[in-house]
Amino acid sequence: MECVFGLVGNGFAIVAADTSAVHSILLHKNNEDKIMVLDSHKLVAASGEPGDRVQFTEYVQKNVSLYKFRNGIPLTTAAAANFTRGELATALRKNPYSVNILMAGYDNESGASLYYIDYIATLHKVDKGAFGYGSYFSLSTMDRHYRSDMSVEEAIELVDKCILEIRSRLVVAPPNFVIKIVDKDGARDYAWRQSVQDVTTAAV
Amino acid sequence: MSRRYDSRTTIFSPEGRLYQVEYAMEAIGNAGSAIGILSKDGVVLIGEKKVTSKLLQTSTSSEKMYKIDDHVACAVAGIMSDANILINTARVQAQRYTFMYQEPMPVEQLVQSLCDTKQGYTQFGGLRPFGVSFLFAGWDKNHGFQLYMSDPSGNYGGWKAAAVGANNQAAQSILKQDYKDDATREEAVELALKVLSKTMDSTSLTSEKLELAEVFLTPSGSVKYHVHSPESLTKLLVKHGVTQPAAESS
Repeated sequence: MECVFGLVGNGFAIVAADTSAVHSILLHKNNEDKIMVLDSHKLVAASGEPGDRVQFTEYVQKNVSLYKFRNGIPLTTAAAANFTRGELATALRKNPYSVNILMAGYDNESGASLYYIDYIATLHKVDKGAFGYGSYFSLSTMDRHYRSDMSVEEAIELVDKCILEIRSRLVVAPPNFVIKIVDKDGARDYAWRQSVQDVTTAAV
Repeated sequence: MSRRYDSRTTIFSPEGRLYQVEYAMEAIGNAGSAIGILSKDGVVLIGEKKVTSKLLQTSTSSEKMYKIDDHVACAVAGIMSDANILINTARVQAQRYTFMYQEPMPVEQLVQSLCDTKQGYTQFGGLRPFGVSFLFAGWDKNHGFQLYMSDPSGNYGGWKAAAVGANNQAAQSILKQDYKDDATREEAVELALKVLSKTMDSTSLTSEKLELAEVFLTPSGSVKYHVHSPESLTKLLVKHGVTQPAAESS
């Protein structure tokens, strides 16, 4: 039921993820941020087993930081993606992580990039990608409307089209989404799309 | 000199010295020299061969220069068998990095990694240190062309020009005087040949006694490690006027 998708535009990459934390039939919270800021210019949108998701993405994040402290230079997006894939591949033969990842980043030499990394250590550099049941709708929508070198406004329009499609067609569609962007100025929150907000009732 | 602290590699002497490390450096001081010079468009490595014989198969064996990865090479001075072990270690480390990150290992990280290995032999395990000093020459996208020197203690430094092995102090002082920051690769080769001709003990310089290698970028942007053939070396020696015996050079 988790929906993660993303695409590359003109000098930027955008990822969107649903924000539902689900346990069986219970929704724990609807503002769970599943897009981690890996470093100043990288985002990791992850979906999968909640414990694995947090454990693995934090592990990658700390290793990426360690590299930067040790060597004085940050990893490129490609290097970080390959490192992540390698860790998943090693764990796969013993204790696999059930985590799917879309890694988006910006490097000065190579511009914006997006990497599709699934739980069995598949790695693909892509222009657009998606995970989860929502992918049936978001990939089709992106295939229809995506062009290379879209502006931020055009890309957000496409993201919103995908969210609308997911909301209207997926039977247990997540109500809320978070959208984050990474470009030459760094990785940051872009917007939230909330159709259900937490309700706090006043004491009676 | 406290001889009683000689035998264990991993203990300090009362004066705070590691004798085994110092003795290793002594061993290197008797070995064939090697010089590295950084230029704008490449790094030059030159080495003095101690084993000279017409019978040596020069196309397959190299005494001084080794390729670690496509973008890094090194010159060695010291005990050759020790050097082979470390060179293999460096090669494995470079490939391991590329396996993990799908990118070439930055030169300084490779040097640091190898030096961490060397340092281990000065602190634990009870094994003697490696009797080798290295000159690493390489290129990466972070810092361009680089030259690093490392010694048995595991220390390393980045240099514009450096010398290891026999007469390295003399070579280093000549380099200090004559090195120019904006030299081209050709000028660096000339400087290397001149310095070696002045500091080498032997009476005349022939291509048999030398190995010369350059690390540079091809027009297409890939890193090339090129070892000069004996013929090419002889031509260079003649061109720069260093074939005469040292006593007669003007």
